[in-house]
Amino acid sequence: MNRRSFLQRPVAPTAVATGPAPVADPPETVSRYANQQLPLQRAGATAGTLAPYAGAWGAAPAAHLLRRTLFGPTRGEIGAAAASSLSATLDQLLAVPAAPAPPLNVSAADTTVPIGQTWVTQAFDQTLQGARSQSLREWWLGQQLTQGTSLREQMTLFWHNHFVVEFGNINDARMGYTYVQLLRQHALGNIRQLAKDVTINPAMLRYLNGNQSVAGAPNENYGRELLELFTVGKGPLIGTGNYTNYTEADVQAAARVLTGWRDSSANLNGYFTASRHDAKPKQFSGAFGNAVIAPNGAAEYQDLLNLIFAQAETARFLVRALYRWFVYYLIDAQTESDIIQPLATLLIQSNFEVAPVLRKLFGSEHFFDAATVGCRIKSPLDFTVGLVRQMEVAFPPASSVVAQYAHWEYLYGLALVQQQTLGDPPNVAGWAAYYQVPQFHELWINAVTLPRRNQVTDLYIGKGIARGGATAAIDPVALVLALPPTTAADPNLVIAEFVRLMVPLDLTTAQLTFLKNALIPGLPDFEWTNEWTTYAATPTAAKKAAVATKLQAMLRALMGLAEYHLS
Amino acid sequence: MKRRDFLQTTAAASAGVALLSGLPVGAYGYSPELAALTNAATATDKVLVIIQLQGGNDGLNMIIPRDQYPALMAARANIALAEAAVLPLTAATGIHPAMAALQNLYKNGQLGVVQSVGYPNPNFSHFRATDIWTSGSSSDVVLNTGWAGRYLDGEFPGYPTGYPSAQNPDPLAVSIGSVVSNCVQGPAVNMGMAIASTSSFYQLLSGGVDAAPATPAGHELTFIRQVVAQTQVYTTTIQAAAGRAKNLSPLYPAAGQNGLADQLKIVAQLVAGGLSTRIYVCNMGGFDTHTLQVPATGGNNAVGTHATLLGRIAEAVGAFQDDLVRLGLQDRVVGMTFSEFGRRIRSNSGLGTDHGAAAPLFVFGSRVNPIVHGANPQLPAAAGVNDNIALQFDFRSIYTSILQDWFQVTPSTLQALFGQTFPYVPVLRPATALAAGSAAQVAEFSVYPNPVPRGGQATVAYQSQGGHVQVLVLDGLGREVQRPFDRPLAAGAQRLPLDLAGLAAGAYYCQVREDGRSGSRILVIE
Repeated sequence: MNRRSFLQRPVAPTAVATGPAPVADPPETVSRYANQQLPLQRAGATAGTLAPYAGAWGAAPAAHLLRRTLFGPTRGEIGAAAASSLSATLDQLLAVPAAPAPPLNVSAADTTVPIGQTWVTQAFDQTLQGARSQSLREWWLGQQLTQGTSLREQMTLFWHNHFVVEFGNINDARMGYTYVQLLRQHALGNIRQLAKDVTINPAMLRYLNGNQSVAGAPNENYGRELLELFTVGKGPLIGTGNYTNYTEADVQAAARVLTGWRDSSANLNGYFTASRHDAKPKQFSGAFGNAVIAPNGAAEYQDLLNLIFAQAETARFLVRALYRWFVYYLIDAQTESDIIQPLATLLIQSNFEVAPVLRKLFGSEHFFDAATVGCRIKSPLDFTVGLVRQMEVAFPPASSVVAQYAHWEYLYGLALVQQQTLGDPPNVAGWAAYYQVPQFHELWINAVTLPRRNQVTDLYIGKGIARGGATAAIDPVALVLALPPTTAADPNLVIAEFVRLMVPLDLTTAQLTFLKNALIPGLPDFEWTNEWTTYAATPTAAKKAAVATKLQAMLRALMGLAEYHLS
Repeated sequence: MKRRDFLQTTAAASAGVALLSGLPVGAYGYSPELAALTNAATATDKVLVIIQLQGGNDGLNMIIPRDQYPALMAARANIALAEAAVLPLTAATGIHPAMAALQNLYKNGQLGVVQSVGYPNPNFSHFRATDIWTSGSSSDVVLNTGWAGRYLDGEFPGYPTGYPSAQNPDPLAVSIGSVVSNCVQGPAVNMGMAIASTSSFYQLLSGGVDAAPATPAGHELTFIRQVVAQTQVYTTTIQAAAGRAKNLSPLYPAAGQNGLADQLKIVAQLVAGGLSTRIYVCNMGGFDTHTLQVPATGGNNAVGTHATLLGRIAEAVGAFQDDLVRLGLQDRVVGMTFSEFGRRIRSNSGLGTDHGAAAPLFVFGSRVNPIVHGANPQLPAAAGVNDNIALQFDFRSIYTSILQDWFQVTPSTLQALFGQTFPYVPVLRPATALAAGSAAQVAEFSVYPNPVPRGGQATVAYQSQGGHVQVLVLDGLGREVQRPFDRPLAAGAQRLPLDLAGLAAGAYYCQVREDGRSGSRILVIE
């Protein structure tokens, strides 16, 4: 409808002239409200140090720790951690769980294996590549969803963002699986070993053209990204082709070291062909102490990684990436000196084992400081997986594998439309939210993604998602039934439980009133008690629907708060 | 309902206009111009305002059966109004003295009262009863959609995909209060836009966001709140509507004094500003008066908690109606109140009343049928604690009658929306949207016998050309008092029975409407 025509009808005597309708802008990818410059005044002020956290342990610090390390902790997980200790919880988070079973075939199109059996060892078949890629990402999403109290899935995703491979680019889901398997294997382990292994992983060899690098015509792609993005990082340009931490000549030297490697579709590995390798010595710049890597055949790439990891900047670069992922994107001079440098030193002392560094960080005063709590914007995967985990949405069991994977696919798709595609970061640098100055995490929220987030929560609060004959939806009544009866019967305590679970900050009195108005509009508190205890005593479908409607309204209100996007 | 089908069945009715006793009496308010402007199934510029009184309003203390004072005092002497304090509406029926503004509206033909509205097998749970009222379900049926939401879903298929659009730039419904009302819950999503509070409305207009603490979390919170404000999809259109009009009534209390008045003030401003939203839902809480609905001391039951609540309704609706008249919108807006239940006939010893059943509701606006519909509830001589007011009108009769008369929803669509049919109640006056004199007359129209004896039966005879036919009986003021016939008829000579039982002696008009044709005859009951 043309507004102008509509207004031709006689309307208000007070009507005043209006301007032309605003022209629709193209959809946003970066919010107009995101940082125009780094909010440096916010950092450091009360940030604390790496000294062990000595404050009280309980539900609030436990929830903070688990929000940052899991994809949305459940009430049970927070309660268990709170009843335990910081040290024991860190032990649990850093323990390496058993490797998960591989992804399964859920496609009738793939007749090479039965439904419910894995396809990862089957021969490559281009016509099945789509179905297998889909299975792989569904399975990965499923790992995030079904993890226990473990850091492994967050760290696996962290390494995916760090040592990027795009499934869409490598065109072989089996290789994609070897890559994810590798990330998960070393997720809580040795970074240097992971860097070495990923260098000759067949997926990575394909992704960054290492498989095309031969003596006399080295392909510089992997050598460059290895230095710029994966290890030592690019410093300020201080001379022609000199990025402080490495030079253009170092990129070429590294590329020569890496010549001779190819990927095998038959064996699903990287393999070395001596005749394709540049067997001459490689001279590195002053950034590497003018080191020379002597010819060393199939082991030469390890010498390169050892050389890179011997540079102090490598540890700092890696620690900054961890910090930006788990704590906050802002690193000022004080954070650099009090947090980054000591953790980098610890990483080197630990021979590049990542677990001691994570333990130190997650056990520190700084991590539990009030200034650190609630400042991380949830990534789309944090948001989506966290929603259904925290709300304990029931998904089909492993015995209904097709329906189960279909639901996991749906969750994958929800994160995709929020601009985070598991298995396919936008490019080799990973998701811009972790490197793009000055917006960083604020890139996750814009005029396109925020309404989608609201649709996602509304969907699961409401009638849910039906896939494969199974519906996944939030059952708010079940969540309240799981509370102690005296808590469940008190509207203020019910709201407090959900608030503590779902938002990292204390809400204002006005916000709590707003939530209570959603739960018991216009009614005194005792009416919730009456309604709830009447339902709990003799549950009927109608009584359940009555309390469910109110709880759903309250959840919509709570998940509509800006605070819900923070972690 | 497909728009095309709808146009075929009812479009011609737009011209069905007759002049009767100087009052323009039209059929449907359909306008081809409006139909061209929106892609809704039905074009309308009509607005319905629903006021939800949360907690269960004590209807027996709002609309008072003046003819049953002994029984009333026997049941609730500790809270009942003194008989002399009650303001009269009719000889038998009165209204709480805190609602003098509504008594005035009644006198001015802008308020109707529907007695004893409820549903069979009443539920005494706030939550369940609210769900029944908002969904329009039977007591034993759980529906997950709202009655107005189903109506809007039929009108705007596919919502929210593709909305807002150039054709439909405005919210389909606006609900003011913490939550978007379940009345407008559609099958997929809620069809309404929630304005959380009157202060958030003004914040929306100004584009501001709440202050956040000076911490990293506060920094991100402010950022997200800015995007939240930006992505309220209807922000621009609401800002524009609000910018085009302002309230004109001096009767509104100062902001913050009367929450309902603050909400209705926004509704008037948005309607005046040209927002094409059809349904507004306002909320007012505090009616759960188990104790102390009158003062504990002083003995004046005309004041206290419940009187204050009723006074706010009256003040708010009175100011709103005054505003609509000043804004020239009075013919486009009608409102209704409802509460999830009434309260018990017998009061408790805590100077309060417990959860009850049927209760009166108001319809207001210059287009309502300004009468008291139905008789006073019959109170037992000595009400026991479990005695409730019996149902006279099913609440869905009110919904369906309003949808039919106000939004031209056809009987078959109404049946689809509610799963069954409900008796028609003429809570609105016959619509008068078009005052053109171009109506064709129905042929060979007569009513006989005429005069007809009181309590007797007459026959309407005319030559039908086929289509949807209504036969109405209107009183001397043009108010509909009976609708004996309302359904499609085949072409040909018709002899329709006209049951006049219950009508007092006097002069009436019998009206026949059939697509683009109408006819009117004076009918005298002796």
